[in-house]
Amino acid sequence: MQTETMTVNLGPQHPATHGVLRVVLELDGEVVIKCTPEVGYLHTGIEKTAEAKLYYKVIPMTDRMDYLAPMSNNLGYCLAVEKLLGVEAPPKAQWARVLLTEITRLNSHLVWLGTHALDIGAMSMLLYVFREREDLLTIYEAVSGQRMMSTYFRIGGLTDDLPSDFEPMVRKVIRTFPVRFDEYENILTNNRIWRNRTVGVGVISKEEAIKSGITGPILRAAGVKHDLRKVRPYSSYEKFDFDIPTQEASDCFARYQVRLEEMRQSLRIIQQAIDGMPEGRYLARVPGVVRPTKEEALFQMEAMIYHFKLVTEGFHPPKGEVYVTIESPKGELGYYIVSDGGTMPYRMRVRPPSFVNISALSKLVVGRLLADVIACIGSVDIVLGEVDR
Amino acid sequence: MLEFVLITVVKAVVVVTVLLLTCAWMTYAERKILARMQSRIGPNVAGWKGLLQPVADLVKLLFKEEVIPGGAQRTLYLLAPLLAFIPAMLPIAMIPFGSKITLFGREINLVIANYDNGLLFILAVASLSVYGIVMAGWSANSKYSLLGGLRSSAQMISYEIGIGMSLIGIVLLAGTLNLVDIVGQQNVWYKWFIFRQPIGFLLYFVCAIAETNRAPFDLPEAESELVAGYFTEYSSMRFGLFFVGEYANMVTVATVATTLFLGGWQGPFLPPVLWFIIKAVAVLFIYIWIRASLPRFRYDQLMKFGWYVVIPLALANILVTALVDLL
Repeated sequence: MQTETMTVNLGPQHPATHGVLRVVLELDGEVVIKCTPEVGYLHTGIEKTAEAKLYYKVIPMTDRMDYLAPMSNNLGYCLAVEKLLGVEAPPKAQWARVLLTEITRLNSHLVWLGTHALDIGAMSMLLYVFREREDLLTIYEAVSGQRMMSTYFRIGGLTDDLPSDFEPMVRKVIRTFPVRFDEYENILTNNRIWRNRTVGVGVISKEEAIKSGITGPILRAAGVKHDLRKVRPYSSYEKFDFDIPTQEASDCFARYQVRLEEMRQSLRIIQQAIDGMPEGRYLARVPGVVRPTKEEALFQMEAMIYHFKLVTEGFHPPKGEVYVTIESPKGELGYYIVSDGGTMPYRMRVRPPSFVNISALSKLVVGRLLADVIACIGSVDIVLGEVDR
Repeated sequence: MLEFVLITVVKAVVVVTVLLLTCAWMTYAERKILARMQSRIGPNVAGWKGLLQPVADLVKLLFKEEVIPGGAQRTLYLLAPLLAFIPAMLPIAMIPFGSKITLFGREINLVIANYDNGLLFILAVASLSVYGIVMAGWSANSKYSLLGGLRSSAQMISYEIGIGMSLIGIVLLAGTLNLVDIVGQQNVWYKWFIFRQPIGFLLYFVCAIAETNRAPFDLPEAESELVAGYFTEYSSMRFGLFFVGEYANMVTVATVATTLFLGGWQGPFLPPVLWFIIKAVAVLFIYIWIRASLPRFRYDQLMKFGWYVVIPLALANILVTALVDLL
């Protein structure tokens, strides 16, 4: 009997592709025999634009790449420029950066959980995680004045000091979230339908995952204990006590478990960071490179001159190139910056975890049903702003 | 004769109007209840507490332009929503929603048609609605619609069998297919068939959810996979007809469950019609509750569940019921 295959175009406008991802599927009945993810529908040219911006003006653009984890993107970029300059942020800034990037991780994982569950049909989860996310966005707003595009980290430290109501807000998160996570587990973890939909779906072997360059929770769900916060600590992560959750099964359910456990670990880090928050400056004092604080600029003559110079002209980092990676919620986020000694990056290249992870999608779904494609796209956790930066 | 026709027509008009209004405000109730379960507000702009939302939706749908996709099979495409809508309206004719009342000196049965094969009629009509869905899926010339239509036909046919079998236990015990008689046999609460046929009730309810394409069996219209399934391409009031049909099916299921398993209109103190409504609304509430709680099945798992779990269980239920009845 001769049968024909059907080509289905999933996206770019499709409710379950998390943005404008286009997936061309070849279906035999409902079984996927070929899957080609196509990217580029959200191309913003951020890398190219960075070449025409003063170093500090690139930071707001990094927010817009992974808009669910803006602080992580800020951090990666700031660390890269700081390495180029040979500047180190003061302890308070480092602690605050750790705290806020962990809050970002919570934020990103919560949205992931909600949308993934919505894709699989558990509609209420989306609303529950957005209720919790509200607490996190309130913290964003308190520190930076923005709920999503925070642009809070600066080269050499933070934009501003942490506000006075910061600590009670964070304590509230630490207090309430574990209960919420238990609720999520009640709804999903032992739900038969949830397990049927995720266990054994989207399996990728450990070797295949490493070969494809997959990082982040997907790699850890495949049994590789690789987390840059432990492997190559940055921003004082070595001073914090936390575990790296791993799973062996490497399916959607394992990824779900890894991410849920990561959120609990994030809370541990946040707890330690808020308890041991050091006193002192929130911006490094490096004249001519790092901007003085607002107060200094208003009351000290030299600081004001530096401020003026830095805002209008920028600074000249030494010639050279740096590559800095951090563990963003989605995996290994790398910033590669080439400096020719001018005030703008000669070239900036971002290694986005989403882009690399989604390129392995076809390995997850071939031979499975159409419904599994949706579950797999969800479990990979992509943000298209980052894929197409 | 004229009097009989007149009374029947009046009854039919009243019942269908109530049914349509129920469907309309069922959408409102669903959105409100879902909203409460998901810690949000729900519709609250149109009218007091958003009570006019269904009216607003209806007006919007009526004034929308109707788009017919190029390459669609015009006749079938235009006919499909009607074929999905009309069968959903019919089963209510068999449902007794109260005992006799006396009006203007005449005794009136509160059932549109007291028909001896009422249960069979309901099952037969309910299975007709699959044609509308299959036609909608095939005629729209869209791959999403086609996949939705295919899924739907397979799903509805498999669960149809489950529904039929889960009700045989009741027929065996009651010895009749007449719904008025079946209600009459449940005159005290411990005689309700839900207590004598608990497995039958569970199976019926599960199959009915699948039959009406509701969560967690809402695969044909799985919005995260197939956009809107078989009615992806429909717009305007034809889309609305599918929607009303779906809700009418839900109401039908709730009323059938009430009649067969929950003692129908019977209950103490309150008037019979009120009891009937209370019971039906309770069943509908469970529908919404389930939607708020459960993820969606996958297509193959759904079919496996239907053929490997529901149907064997239903068969075993029939066997046990028959044996117990014999002894």
